[in-house]
Amino acid sequence: MKYTPVVGLEVHIELYTKSKMFCSCSADYFGKEPNTHTCPVCLGLPGALPVPNKQAIEWCVAMGQALGCKIPLFSKFDRKNYFYPDLPKGYQISQYDKPFCVEGEVTLSGDKKIRITRAHMEEDTAKLTHAKVEGKNVSLIDFNRSGVPLVEIVTEPDFENAQEVVEYLKLLQQTARYLGVSQADMEKGDMRLEPNISLKKAGEKGLPGYKVEVKNINSFKFVEKAISFEIGRQSEVLDIGQIPKQETRGWNEQKQATLSQRSKEEAHDYRYFPEPDIPPIRWNQNQIKELEKKLPELPQAKFKKFQKEYALSAYDIEILTREKSTADYFEEAVSAGEKHNVTAKQIANVIINKKPDLEKTLPAQLVQNIKGQSTQNIKQADLDKILEEVLKSNPQIVDSYKAGKINAIQVLIGKVMQQTKGQASANEVKNILEKLLS
Amino acid sequence: MVDVTNLTLQDASKMLSSKQIKAKELTEAFLDRTKKLNEKLNSFITITEDIALKQAEKVDKLIEGNQKLPPLAGMPIGVKDLFCTKGIKTTAASKVLENYVPAYDSTVVSKIKDSQTVILGKTNHDAWAHGASGENSDFGPTKNPYDLERVPGGSSSGSAAAVASGQCIAALSTDTGGSTRQPASFCNLVGIKPTYGRVSRYGVMAMASSLDTIGHMTKTVWDNAQILNVTAGNDTNDATTSPRPVEDYIKEIEKGVKGKRIGLPREYFDGLDPKIKSVIDKASKELENLGAIISDISLPHTQYGIATYYIIVPSEISSNLARYDGIRYGNGRDSFGAEAKRRIILGTFALSSGYYDAYYLKAMKVRRLIRDDFVNAFKNVDAIIAPVSPTLPFKIGEKVNDPLTMYLADVYTVNVNLAGIPSLTVPAGFIDGLPVGMQVIGPDFSEKLLYQIGSAYEQKTKWYKSKPNI
Amino acid sequence: MKIDISHVAKLANLKLSPAEEKKFGDQLDEVLDYFTKLNEVKTEIVQPIDHITGLENVQRQDVAQPSLSQEEALSATRKTHNGFIQVEAILESGDH
Repeated sequence: MKYTPVVGLEVHIELYTKSKMFCSCSADYFGKEPNTHTCPVCLGLPGALPVPNKQAIEWCVAMGQALGCKIPLFSKFDRKNYFYPDLPKGYQISQYDKPFCVEGEVTLSGDKKIRITRAHMEEDTAKLTHAKVEGKNVSLIDFNRSGVPLVEIVTEPDFENAQEVVEYLKLLQQTARYLGVSQADMEKGDMRLEPNISLKKAGEKGLPGYKVEVKNINSFKFVEKAISFEIGRQSEVLDIGQIPKQETRGWNEQKQATLSQRSKEEAHDYRYFPEPDIPPIRWNQNQIKELEKKLPELPQAKFKKFQKEYALSAYDIEILTREKSTADYFEEAVSAGEKHNVTAKQIANVIINKKPDLEKTLPAQLVQNIKGQSTQNIKQADLDKILEEVLKSNPQIVDSYKAGKINAIQVLIGKVMQQTKGQASANEVKNILEKLLS
Repeated sequence: MVDVTNLTLQDASKMLSSKQIKAKELTEAFLDRTKKLNEKLNSFITITEDIALKQAEKVDKLIEGNQKLPPLAGMPIGVKDLFCTKGIKTTAASKVLENYVPAYDSTVVSKIKDSQTVILGKTNHDAWAHGASGENSDFGPTKNPYDLERVPGGSSSGSAAAVASGQCIAALSTDTGGSTRQPASFCNLVGIKPTYGRVSRYGVMAMASSLDTIGHMTKTVWDNAQILNVTAGNDTNDATTSPRPVEDYIKEIEKGVKGKRIGLPREYFDGLDPKIKSVIDKASKELENLGAIISDISLPHTQYGIATYYIIVPSEISSNLARYDGIRYGNGRDSFGAEAKRRIILGTFALSSGYYDAYYLKAMKVRRLIRDDFVNAFKNVDAIIAPVSPTLPFKIGEKVNDPLTMYLADVYTVNVNLAGIPSLTVPAGFIDGLPVGMQVIGPDFSEKLLYQIGSAYEQKTKWYKSKPNI
Repeated sequence: MKIDISHVAKLANLKLSPAEEKKFGDQLDEVLDYFTKLNEVKTEIVQPIDHITGLENVQRQDVAQPSLSQEEALSATRKTHNGFIQVEAILESGDH
């Protein structure tokens, strides 16, 4: 391609805290009756004041640490001032120049490095829907979502194609789930993406002189399409010797295209200033270290560990480590299996192919179940010997079975079980005998 | 029969608990006076007669049952209309909220309710607390009970007029740049501007978040200290309140000023009206006679206070008033008055791209220097005495046309707000029949000392005994 | 005029009449002139004082408390519809 895409991402992840960012209203707003999770603070009533959620802050730091960020010892909140009906105070409490997390990095497949510029905390806005009431077009506002904690993660423009973006988003989602801070579900709106896309001539140094922000990508399945579309659109503009307009465009699902938004020409002047109602945050090194220690083993690290410790395919490991609960379960089962000669491969096999309900079966039980279906307690060579002997010493019964007396096999099974002193599984023996005698 | 509306809170409380008077009688007397004078003074926007009488009856039941009465039980108090009162119309003296009824109580209102106060009504003030005369109210100016052609001061104009005229025994107010101290001074009252963070701001409509303080006005120093005992304290709903425990401001209030070092800042006396200067000089002489050690001090950055204040405050105003868009409550932004619009424009400009460094950031730096002036001064003195206003209460209409002139009159009050320190205003005398107050300023959380100094001076001079002819 | 009043009014979501624009412009020019006084103060090495209290790390435990009822939340709202707050249709998508 004669152009190289230059893509930076801004991702918002909604945290699954019990209460909102600056008030104690329940943050679990999905599917609730409108305006039933509000209070003076998140409604922006006269006189209300914000008090920050400690858990939300710690989860933001955890997210940043998981992405390799540094945690500066001093941080504060700022007001971002603008007017919109979904913003009750006429300003959003966010972070401007002293965010919680800075300068991180993630590595994608092919050792591609993506630099994380920053991760910070802010509050979500209300939800706007459009409707017709008494024949008029109106907008309806529900403030249940207003004030729910959001982590905003910004990258440098290091992405060069849509596939990298998808991989990064999947990693973010997986990380958020591993940390237990959010489901990061795009369809539910708890992970939102705003890519900044521009193109430069292949091989050219420096950044292009423009960038286009794309909004309204509401589903994982459209991420790749939307970005590819925009890259294509910009290519065409450049091909005819023009420069794409610096603007905000919206992804339109019906048209499967990005469309220019009828927004104001001038850039927003947010008039940021330090939030006077909230004292700043100061960490000491110990606290940062303690928070880092509390982090669980993260997806990529777990993947690498599984590669080292278990002789499993990358495909299998990907499935096993996709969700933290599965990975944890697997490791526990492997540990239990060691005492019963049940291998990691057997356990992986069962989990991946048989898909048992892991919530209903304890790892130790799973191991027992596997053990029950195999002759693991007796060496295969020994069992083979016993089977051979029993068949040799009972030719009439074998003939009887082959002649159609199917129940005769029970006698043979009994004799094998006797010889193995119960160490073999009756089912397994039956299966093997059936095969041998077929 | 004594006119109970002349009683101090201290005496009225004694009479109540000793059953010399019923709470209902007390409230009825104040309600009658309120209704009688309100048209003349325009001090109350809303009079909550039914609520007041019901509350008084409740207090009488407590007394009958020989229950121990909380400090403010049965006391008829006015509340500035900037404080949210659940179920009671709260307007900020602005057409934007002319019919607004809050769904919650501000913390301070909850506290006085817990103390069984009788809330008489919501007092008038400069809309959004923008002003120093009461003339910026969208519901008409309030008059000074000492001279109906003059202003009672602002922004807490109604609170001052109400207490001074005997409509209520005390009134809650705010002070961002002098809005409690100046009207108290203009109306012969005691007003407290507490340390920033001493009293919760939750539920009081924000003007300038980093300067707003919640205060009150009373006839005497003891009354004032009693109310602070109830309103002060940490609030989990206000992240800027101090975790510092609240002292008993009444205990040892009569300690006196022997050996106390009091500074007079020369920058506050240069160019001061000689008549006002002589009142303050006499007051400092009185304190000296009582044993205080008076000295000359300097607060070098005093002259930069007004510019610093009028950059920071409108900036924060512009952000704090952004929520008033008529969508969730109230009327649209066209209903803002001229002064509010002016401050919003000025503040928006000072924060805007390209101007933030030159204005807001610069002002925040000078603010640190202004506070440092006080911190340094308090290394050598325990408290500071200062005038409150460069002028006597002026005639209504005299100043409204020139904003800058109005702003410049805040010269003796704003630096205290910028520094976050407390200041108590006490009556200091009269000039041509008009009240003149003086400030007793102290370091962070020194309210107890300020009350002691104020009380010593008050007991010697007894200016509070003078009443307006109304 | 020092302040581009119509631009600032737009930022501030205020509609001013031409007469207001002129009056405020003149008055605020005077105020801005007065502000130049601050240039006399040397502040190169002075830190701005964002918080006068010196407080830090004031935070709240993550516990959900009861909210206002829908009725209370909307008690002062002029236009509601089925529990939602109603406004004129908004054509553009918002800014985040």
